[in-house]
Amino acid sequence: MDSNSLDTMAEKGTSLWEDAWIKLRKNRLALMGLGLLIFLCLVSLLTPWIAPYGYEEQDLLMGATPPSAEHWLGTDVFGRDMLTRIMWGGRVSLMVGFIATAVALAIGVIYGAVAGYVGGRVDAVMMRLVDILYALPFMIFIILLMVVFGRNLLLLFFAIGAVEWLTMARIVRGQVMSLRKQEFVEAAHSLGLSQWIIIRRHIIPNTLGPVIVYTTLTIPSVMLLEAFLSFLGLGIQPPQSSWGLLINYGVETMEEYPWLLIFPGIALSLTLFALNFLGDGLRDALDPRTSKD
Amino acid sequence: MALLEVNGLKVHFHTRDGLVKAVDDVSFSVDCGETLAIVGESGSGKSVTCYSLLDLLPKPPAKIEGGTAVFDGIDLLTCDAAQMRRFRSNDIAMIFQDPMTSLNPFITVGEQLIEPLIYNPDKSRRQTRPDARMRAIELLDEVGIIDPEKRFDCYPHEFSGGMRQRVMIAMALINEPRLLICDEPTTALDVTIQAQILALIKTLQQKRNVAVIFISHDLGVVAGIADKVVVMCEGTVRETNDADGIFYRTQDDYTKKLLAAIPEGPKVMQSRAQADSTMIQVSNLKTYFRDHSKASIGAAKNYIKAVDGVSLQIQRGEILGLVGESGSGKSTLGRSILQLAPITEGSVSFDGTELNTLTPKQLVPWRRKMQMIFQDPYASLNPRMTVYETLAEPLLYHGLAHSKNIDQQVQLLMDDVGLARASLRKYPHEFSGGQRQRIAIGRAIATKPELIIADEPVSALDVTIQAQVLDLILNLVERHNLTMLFISHDLSVVRYISDRVVVMNKGVIIECGDTEALWANPQQQYTQQLLKAIPLADPKSERLRMADS
Amino acid sequence: MLRFALGRLLQAIPVLLVVITMTFLLVHSAPGGPFSADKAVPAEVLEALEAQYNLDQPLWQQYISYLGDVVRGDMGPSFKYPGRSVNELILSGLGTTAELGLYAMMVAVFIGVIAGVTASMRPNTMQDYVPMTAAMIGICMPSFLLGPLLVLVFGIHLEWLPVSGWNQIPGDKILPAITLGTGYAAYIARLSRGGMLEVLSQDYIRTARAKGLSEFLIIGKHALRGGLIPVVAFLGPAFAGLLGGSFVVETIYQIPGLGRFYVQAAFNRDYTMILGTTVFFATLIIVFNLLSDMLAVWLNPKLRQQVRGV
Repeated sequence: MDSNSLDTMAEKGTSLWEDAWIKLRKNRLALMGLGLLIFLCLVSLLTPWIAPYGYEEQDLLMGATPPSAEHWLGTDVFGRDMLTRIMWGGRVSLMVGFIATAVALAIGVIYGAVAGYVGGRVDAVMMRLVDILYALPFMIFIILLMVVFGRNLLLLFFAIGAVEWLTMARIVRGQVMSLRKQEFVEAAHSLGLSQWIIIRRHIIPNTLGPVIVYTTLTIPSVMLLEAFLSFLGLGIQPPQSSWGLLINYGVETMEEYPWLLIFPGIALSLTLFALNFLGDGLRDALDPRTSKD
Repeated sequence: MALLEVNGLKVHFHTRDGLVKAVDDVSFSVDCGETLAIVGESGSGKSVTCYSLLDLLPKPPAKIEGGTAVFDGIDLLTCDAAQMRRFRSNDIAMIFQDPMTSLNPFITVGEQLIEPLIYNPDKSRRQTRPDARMRAIELLDEVGIIDPEKRFDCYPHEFSGGMRQRVMIAMALINEPRLLICDEPTTALDVTIQAQILALIKTLQQKRNVAVIFISHDLGVVAGIADKVVVMCEGTVRETNDADGIFYRTQDDYTKKLLAAIPEGPKVMQSRAQADSTMIQVSNLKTYFRDHSKASIGAAKNYIKAVDGVSLQIQRGEILGLVGESGSGKSTLGRSILQLAPITEGSVSFDGTELNTLTPKQLVPWRRKMQMIFQDPYASLNPRMTVYETLAEPLLYHGLAHSKNIDQQVQLLMDDVGLARASLRKYPHEFSGGQRQRIAIGRAIATKPELIIADEPVSALDVTIQAQVLDLILNLVERHNLTMLFISHDLSVVRYISDRVVVMNKGVIIECGDTEALWANPQQQYTQQLLKAIPLADPKSERLRMADS
Repeated sequence: MLRFALGRLLQAIPVLLVVITMTFLLVHSAPGGPFSADKAVPAEVLEALEAQYNLDQPLWQQYISYLGDVVRGDMGPSFKYPGRSVNELILSGLGTTAELGLYAMMVAVFIGVIAGVTASMRPNTMQDYVPMTAAMIGICMPSFLLGPLLVLVFGIHLEWLPVSGWNQIPGDKILPAITLGTGYAAYIARLSRGGMLEVLSQDYIRTARAKGLSEFLIIGKHALRGGLIPVVAFLGPAFAGLLGGSFVVETIYQIPGLGRFYVQAAFNRDYTMILGTTVFFATLIIVFNLLSDMLAVWLNPKLRQQVRGV
């Protein structure tokens, strides 16, 4: 019996992650979404260096001009380059999307995992609290917060994150609850493994799929909420800018200069498309039911 | 000409992973008053064959590639949708495997029953609601539903599994079809209920002279009711013959293999029990659960008494069979012994140590000594861990191997359970059900345990695989000096494997004794009923029994 | 069922209390009082005003007396519109917003359910792709973008429909209702497709088919009830969302509804108006959540009997 290394003699298996990636690669819309998203993130990161004009650069004499060779997306009433403004606005919009989602993710996953794993009375109390928070008119509270404490970016992250964690907590809890009853977790218990090992090796890897999917779908809804608030004049504050704010300005002058509304609108919608298609694609790819056939 | 003649049927599935020839050139015929059984393991194409007759396959991916199925002069495979609807509602009826999911939970049973009458595509055959109701109540009565008038307006969740299957049968018969297709109608039911349903189908068939196609994976089930048997394997027909020909005089290797795999008769191996050495002592064990379905609405505290005062011993070296129908508490008892389910009252001792008084930390060394094998080979392995990781985890955790010899130890485990070493880096979803169960067994024996509790370890497996896994288990018990509690609903399997048997019902022990003694002379009425209901793969004795009941 | 409803209403009381307390504290911790914008007001007038509105009392006293008023159904006087009570203001805007919300809900449910059910009948064909792509566009086209675009195209360019006002020119309700309803129609379309696909794969649908029922009966009678349960459960949250959306839509189309009042009150720091509308909105949302829960229970016979069996 030779004891040569396993890797030389073993056939390589395909893990569920690799499986999902193979499936995702066949989903053209999701791949396009992923590509677009990477492109947008790169552009946002590099904006200070690649933006065609300065953020503050204006040309009052020129005023609003339609798209042209110098200004691909035209200029606004102050003669500022729209492409530059949209790039800078995208930075803020994407940042809000990612950071607020990260806040929601952190709170939601920990809260949901604890409730689901501990179960029993603790779970009942924790979930009751989530139910109560669900019943609160959060949209109104966020508006109120922004009115009362002024339009503060940091506050916005936390306010939005605080709303979105509820659903994340419910998803993670449900997932953990059902995993806890799975036979392989019971088998781990009967092997005498410690709680921490069971959580780390058997529970967490199996909850990642739904969490990734929901995270991908939370980012667009957060971005939408930010744009919504900015549109009402309650979100991002000038001189900072976001797509919601640009749309707000665009609406004021849309009769004369429709491109000021249309281009930021396209930027926002395309990003939302990309994220939603990617999220749907991930859901299909990670769904265990589709991996069985 | 027979009532239904299927000739050269071919059904292919066009899936992402390529073409699957689910049914490949299948022919058979069935006539009025005749019962044709189609028998085969999972993936043999037996269900697909029958679903294609009534155009019930999802298309795509399924596609009928050829053949004919002539019913009453018309080809079912090519007739138009309107004609198919007439066949479905008036001439060919179907009963499905799982009565729990086959009835619409949102609509009353009565309403579902009368639909084929009041919405009949043949306007001339349509009935008014009151007439249809009368007819349905008559039929409910005939299939053995008590108080049918009142039950007519109940919803499916108010019926037990066996009762739902009776309702399904009534629904199938309501338009007096000429052909009845039964797709594993008793597989989801307990053995006593199974016997009742089989007898009911037989009686109704004889009374109405209908043709029956009976699909089953279990040769024992069809022995009593089949006139003709078709044995299918991997999409093709292996053998067609009358029942006696199949069971007593088959020449086909596959049929022989199927028949040989049926666990029958007493255990061959000697009992290795050490009579004076009690390993596990269970005393007056009670395990209750809160009944959340009722408690959530604010009623008084309800408990499900899963295990309600059980005492038993497991001798070192023996295989103790634990038998019971669904809901008897047998699984909970197994889990309570392993301290996986919280005990309400009583005690469990292992070699004199009361396990239920230990803290989780103190329990760890004991956990190494007792392991579990679960029923569902799909759920009992972590889908994100390779076989190697699954098997190495207990070895490393309990310090039974170190990083130098772990590879070798895992390979030895693979040899032990009869799996190829080369597949160590694969993931559970890349294995078949039987192979997965071998992996799970490997994990259980990795810690070199003394006791193994096997909870229905072969119930989810095909009969040929089941036989292999049972032999593996017997072999391992022998080689590793194991003691085993073998939990199963299948009495034949329990008889085949265990030295001693405990019969459980509704949370309490009904009877217990040495296997053969209990089989020969059951004391309690419940045990007698159970044993009488076991279907045997012997048409002659089965027919006699059918005639009796 | 009645007891179930009463029980749920009782549970709503602490929620409402939380809402009132949080809003009250938030509003009162705001920098700048309601009258600070009007710089011309002399000190003694300001004091008199504050005394008139009890703003000179300690916070807890204001809170207690406010709670007492709310229980009696009195939301107090408006700071910004002297002589008018919050109740009056809410009532004057309520009818308009309710009508807008109703139309939007109709748009959402009808279009959404029809699109979703149509798509679910032939998954992964054109009949699925077309409505679902439309739904995706609807989700990625928020109301504050869709509204202006609709105005631009149908109002300004084509001049088919009026672009502002409410109940003044025939047809002026069409664009606001579509603007508010589209996003939810898209969401409901996706939900009902998912729900229907789930149900259509159930064994009991195969049973219905095997009995020879027509496709129409299979979809309409056997599948729709189970398939629409996710939609029914979504109606409560959708209602809350519609309220929020009405802020935007009423601003775009200059509709004198509650939403616009609320946004204005927020900008004007009209304490009592903010408090009043928030409490009112919260109550509405809770009531609608309750209704949608009750509908979901009623649709499911097993739950219905559990509720009745108490």
